[in-house]
Amino acid sequence: MPDADNHLQLDRVTMAFGDRPVFENLSCSFPRGEISVILGGSGSGKSTILRLIGGLIHPVSGRILVEGEDITHLHERQMTAVRMKLGMLFQGGALLDSLSVFDNLALPLREHTDADETAIAAAVRDRLDAVGLEDVGALLPNQLSGGMRKRVALARAIMRDPVILLCDEPFSGLDPISTRQIEALLVEINQRRGITIVVVSHHVDSTMRMAGRIMILLPDAVIAGTRDELRHHRDPRVSAFLTADRDNPADLLYPVEQRPGDLR
Amino acid sequence: MRIALLADVGVRSTTFAEEIGRITVFASRLCGAAVRRPLRMRRFVDEVFYLGVLSLVIICVCGLAVGAVLGLQGYNTLERFGATDALGTVVGLSLIRELGPVLTALLTTGRAGSATTAEIGTMVATEQLDGLRMMSIDPLHYVVMPKALAMVFVMPLLSALFIVCGITGGYLVGVYWGVDPGSYITSLETAVTFWDEVVGSLLKSLCFGILVGLIATYRGYFSAPTSQGVSSATTATVVQASVSILIFDYFITALWGV
Repeated sequence: MPDADNHLQLDRVTMAFGDRPVFENLSCSFPRGEISVILGGSGSGKSTILRLIGGLIHPVSGRILVEGEDITHLHERQMTAVRMKLGMLFQGGALLDSLSVFDNLALPLREHTDADETAIAAAVRDRLDAVGLEDVGALLPNQLSGGMRKRVALARAIMRDPVILLCDEPFSGLDPISTRQIEALLVEINQRRGITIVVVSHHVDSTMRMAGRIMILLPDAVIAGTRDELRHHRDPRVSAFLTADRDNPADLLYPVEQRPGDLR
Repeated sequence: MRIALLADVGVRSTTFAEEIGRITVFASRLCGAAVRRPLRMRRFVDEVFYLGVLSLVIICVCGLAVGAVLGLQGYNTLERFGATDALGTVVGLSLIRELGPVLTALLTTGRAGSATTAEIGTMVATEQLDGLRMMSIDPLHYVVMPKALAMVFVMPLLSALFIVCGITGGYLVGVYWGVDPGSYITSLETAVTFWDEVVGSLLKSLCFGILVGLIATYRGYFSAPTSQGVSSATTATVVQASVSILIFDYFITALWGV
């Protein structure tokens, strides 16, 4: 059943790429207006969850609910309306490299609104200000550093004021200062605009600072809770993961065939 | 042994049929995108520049070279029969009916078709197409359709240019070896008819443009999102488009008489 407090829900979702299973019977939910962070080992299917929510891939079975609406079997054209509510920050930025930063940000407005160029320019300036990049509009994406590209991608993801922001590894490949900048931006966006944010990350420090809710994908379970709940969780693998304890390593490789049925 | 062979043939046949079905669906989606608003004129013009204008030099140089070789070979052969005045006919008909459309399509495949596949494939690998989808923009409409249409549009124009350059190359060589300039032009004018040769040649180029545009965009759009995937897709475009051009050339010539 759709839950009003949960903005996004995955209900017993099984996902596989061809013959290669990713996860089976995964159920999880993301509360409205909070920052939720998905942690897990490489190959555990963290990014796959975001792509499922965005309708970029389809599950083998199960249901995906966005604002209570079942989007699992929506046609690509029907997904267009759902995606109007979503913004996505891709790991590499996914900026169109043939367009300038300004045109990248202006694109969704030019495509979906009747706003004139003056209003579009003002909106682009506003979003670039919000991510602390006022003077990069004329540059091409390949002229930006990794951190700047992530911030521009973040600005583009919030151009249409989405109600849900999906962030795939926003801190990967960034220096500590850029990491803190992106982290602060996400918190600010969440607080100022009330956007539900789902972040996929390996970055435990940032997660423990910004996340309202944390979800850890383990090989045989999904463990979710607040920061404090997870700090004191009885499963030793959780603390091993959060403290990167190499003497007591969590089993974070995912031989799916060894998994029991439900992941909750 | 026989069963294994039979199974292998079965798998290959199924894969081939699947591929044909997929490319047909892709082509129909492209046709749908071509008539959907907005018409993407700006992106179309940009692509015409990248695919067409930037191919001008290679088309002109190759056209001149092929025309010059045709002129030289034609002159040497016709001289044996004392018929060098017919050099314009030989060069003109060879270029207009066959070499112009075919060689232009092969050259365009190598220069622009491969670039189209590589560009779309790189956009797949770097999630740019998924980025468009997440902005509720259909990548087939925004990225792929203008490239495919531009290919269809520029191919006849480039072929016409190739033919003009070739005829010029043949003229220069012929005149250098002693062919009367007036005879060259007159024999060319006499042999070439507007509907049979010129229009037929342009239609043939148009077919090749559709073929190259479809294969190049299809291969890029469905390339694996890795550097090896992009490179394989680019190679597949060049090989498949080149072979298809030659096979289709036979059938177009046999069925239409062009």
